[in-house]
Amino acid sequence: MAVNKEGAQLIPGVSRLSRSQRYAKRGLFLMKNKVAVPRKASDRKAAARDEKPTDVNVDLVKALTHKKSSLYPADTLRKPKVNHKSNRPAALKETISPGSVLILLAGRFRGKRVVFLKQLESGLLLVTGPYRVNGVPMRRVNQAYVIATSAKVDVSDVTIPENINDSYFSREQEPKLKGTEEEFFGENAVKKAVPSHKAADQKTIDNQIIPKIRSQNMLASYLRSSFSLSKGQAPHLMKF
Amino acid sequence: MVAFKRLAQVGRVVVLNDGLKAGRTAVIVDIIDHNRAIIDGPTTGVHRQEISFNRVTLTDITLKAVPRTIGSNALKRAIIKQGSDAAWAQTAWAKKIQQRSVRANLSDFDRFKIMRLKKQQRFIVQRQMASLKKTKSA
Repeated sequence: MAVNKEGAQLIPGVSRLSRSQRYAKRGLFLMKNKVAVPRKASDRKAAARDEKPTDVNVDLVKALTHKKSSLYPADTLRKPKVNHKSNRPAALKETISPGSVLILLAGRFRGKRVVFLKQLESGLLLVTGPYRVNGVPMRRVNQAYVIATSAKVDVSDVTIPENINDSYFSREQEPKLKGTEEEFFGENAVKKAVPSHKAADQKTIDNQIIPKIRSQNMLASYLRSSFSLSKGQAPHLMKF
Repeated sequence: MVAFKRLAQVGRVVVLNDGLKAGRTAVIVDIIDHNRAIIDGPTTGVHRQEISFNRVTLTDITLKAVPRTIGSNALKRAIIKQGSDAAWAQTAWAKKIQQRSVRANLSDFDRFKIMRLKKQQRFIVQRQMASLKKTKSA
């Protein structure tokens, strides 16, 4: 589409070309090395030291005597934006504290009532069924997907092994598949067994919590039952 | 024969139908016109206000010898002396309102416990009924 000067605008102020058409025409996307390579930290520090204005006169002299390079960079380099945000773990909801009974709302165990143990470094919640009570093993859950109830289990003297952290729950590297038909249909697939050390960890936690659960009437069967809404119940109007 | 038993009159105890203070009682202190009255509930936390009759329900209870536009303090004394709050609390109506608010404020665990206890109760009653039927037919 050839556009002469007169035809550049449809009416004053309204360009004939759309934004994407102009982008295509200008051909700036053909430029290489658009992103500037970030300098090393040491270089940056040195630069900062150099730039520091020590004396106004010195700066003025520098500015006056500074000879600019006769060469300009061929490509316009774009500075990457500095990101000042840092990832902080979410603050625990006020209604949740260690020992709180939570209702899981998403995932495999949705509807299950579980006991909250502690918040991990990532901000996720460490919960357990306990496994022997309702079949929910120690898991990490996002607090956005739970309802906190006012029911509590005393977990003040439950010790959680040090090794149970976020990396404890990370997935193990699986061997790469060859892409055969049998593999695709899951034939001869070996069901992954729970590692014995994880089963042992679960047992140590369960053994500590279960006596506390048994001490409260009906609490064990409460944890065994799963949550559901019945007719006329609206969760936003209910107290938990 | 009097057609209406509950009259909109000074001293009549009313129940608020809606709003923040729904379910609480107050006393009619003055009648403004055929749509509105001034009510006051010094013992129930209902502040003195003008209210439409649409928003209140009249009860059977009336305070005796209450003059028009009685002040809050005098009204409070009259309520305590004549025991109208206690009389209200005895009614099935008040008990039902109370029950409803208790139910609404139950926790999840409480609801579960009630469900379990009701089941147990049902089991006992049904077993008893079955055995009675058996002895009667035999």
